[in-house]
Order: sequence, then C-alpha cells, then structure tokens
Amino acid sequence: MANVLINAPKTARRGETIELKALILHPMETGFRPGANGTIIPRNIIQDFTASWNGVEIFRMRMSPAIAANPYVSFCAVASESGVVRLRWSGDNGFAVEESVTVTVT
Amino acid sequence: MNKRSLALALGAVFFASLAAAQGGADRRRSGYQDMGPALQKMQDDDTANPAMLFVQAGEALWKQKVGAADKACADCHTTASMKGVAARYPAIPAGADKPVDLEGRINLCRTTQQKAEPLRPESDDLLQLTAWVALQSRGDPIAPPDDPRMAAVRAEGERLFTERQGQLNLSCAACHDANAGKKLGGATIPQGHPTGYPLYRLEWQTLGSLKRRLRNCLIGMRAEPYDYNAPEYVALEAYLMERARGMTMDAPAVRP
Repeated sequence: MANVLINAPKTARRGETIELKALILHPMETGFRPGANGTIIPRNIIQDFTASWNGVEIFRMRMSPAIAANPYVSFCAVASESGVVRLRWSGDNGFAVEESVTVTVT
Repeated sequence: MNKRSLALALGAVFFASLAAAQGGADRRRSGYQDMGPALQKMQDDDTANPAMLFVQAGEALWKQKVGAADKACADCHTTASMKGVAARYPAIPAGADKPVDLEGRINLCRTTQQKAEPLRPESDDLLQLTAWVALQSRGDPIAPPDDPRMAAVRAEGERLFTERQGQLNLSCAACHDANAGKKLGGATIPQGHPTGYPLYRLEWQTLGSLKRRLRNCLIGMRAEPYDYNAPEYVALEAYLMERARGMTMDAPAVRP
C-alpha cells in the first residue's frame, strides 16, 4: 500500500525557486538486521527517487540502506512553466509508487 | 473600536494573563516542550510528521466495512463525535465493568458491534485507527472521566508508578517525577505525560502506543513487562492521564 504525503505550492511566480517535500511510508529494511529467529531479514529498501517536471527530470536521488524508515525528501526547483511534477519511488521487491502534483506558474 | 469591544478586549487580556500566571505555577511540561525546535517543527507540519502517514491509512480503515455485521466505524460514528474521545480514555464504557484504553475501546466496538476479530495489540491496523481517532482530539485538554469507579484504577496505577521493580530497582517515579528534566545518557528525561499517543518515535522508526512506551521503560529498568492485554497497563495509563489532566493533546506526536 502506497502512502505518500507531498508538500508543494499550488502556485508559483515565474522564475521563483520553490521547495518540494515528499514523505513516503516504507520500512527501509537494511538487510543487515537479524530477525526474531536469528536469520537476517532480507533487504527491502527504496533504491531510486526521481522527480520530473512536465516530463523533464529535475531531481534524482539514489537511496542506501543507511536511510531511516519512511524517508522524507526535500528539494528545490525553479518554476519556469505551469505543469505536472511527477514523483517516482522504486526499490526492492518490485516496489514502485508514482504520485503527481500540479503547479500553476503565473 | 467602540467601548464595549474595548472592554471585551481588555477582559480577554486580563484572563489571558491570569491563565499565563497559573501556567507559571504549573510545573508540568509535555514531551513536546522538551524536544528541540527541529523535532517540534517536524511534528507541527502535517506533511513532515510521519505519523500522518498512519493517520491517512487510519481514515481509510475508519470507512471500511468489516466483520459479520458488515459495518464500518463511520456507519455509526461521525468524525465530529470523535473529538475529545482520545483525551478521555482509559474509561469504563457503558455496560462494561472493566476500564479499557482507547485501543481496547476500538476492539470492543469491533467485537460487539462489527462482529469482527479484535485487532492484535500494536498491529498496524490498530495503531492506524487509534492515530486517526486521536487526531480528532488534537488541541483538546486531557479530561479523564469523573467516574467514581475510576478512582480505584488510578490508585492502582499510582501504586505501579511509584513501586520499585526490576533488577535495577527503579520505579517510573524515580525518573519521571524525581529526576525529570535531567539527562539520562544524552537524552532529557521527560515528565512522562501521555499527551501525544499514539506517536511516531524516531527510535522506533514507526508509530507506537503508550503501551509500547511503558514496555520500553519496563525493559529498560530490567523488569518483566506485563502481557500486552494486562490490566496493569490500563491502570498506569489511567493514572498518567489523571496526572496530565488539563494538558493539551498533541497526538499524533513525534518524539525522539
């Protein structure tokens, strides 16, 4: 079940730098921890996070096992045109989530 | 501004300063006040507070029909009717003879009204539902019920709170009454007011209940934690809520 919280401004002035923040529910299991029966819990992390603005990639992040559960990502972008910001998370066990927000540039 | 509204404004200033003066006498501090500004900001921003992920899921569960009765929580309760509920429990529900906490109350509804299996203690579903219900009481003062039967429960809770136990021979009170505000390792010892449960603890990297927190403390002082369904937790929770009476609910909170 994908559970995401996104904080992005709905409107921005042309040329303004806006901050986009995204929080996603994910265990980020490192693959190094023993479970209750002593065997290692298999790794289950998000590997990639990307953001695109009207199809053009504006941000990419490679995640590692050292990142805590429910990763929170904050990044900035220059608002040059109105459009759809698409956020994509992908990782182990076929994990793939996509969410989008619309930003109107005036 | 006419004379009447001026008088009202002055009155408001007077009562606000009176409240502030009383607040000065109240030495109680919530865990929120003991956190750094970064964590406070994380809790205050609903898109940065990871507990809100669980609230979102809880809202979906609230509307989901379950059990043999095929009823959702929302089929009987309005969202508005949940305001203040989390600030009241543990309590003895109508028709029951034992006190239950909020999680217990939700499970009681599940078994009697929805005719469904009770949710496992500390399971995601139960935490999510509890978080959603608790959110409706955000900003409300903690108000334990004036039920005379609760007095004995609170007294038992206070006894458990002050009784030394475990290999380290500690009691809850030894830290959270006698040494609150000082440091244990690098962390500030909070006064232990349950204003924000269920809460997102960074150490847990997930949402947890007050019960889980109490179990953590019991294990920390090397005492044997009570079973998850033990009445001891409800008694302790009832005492803690009475101890925090009037403090503001900030569930679902973030704590280190």
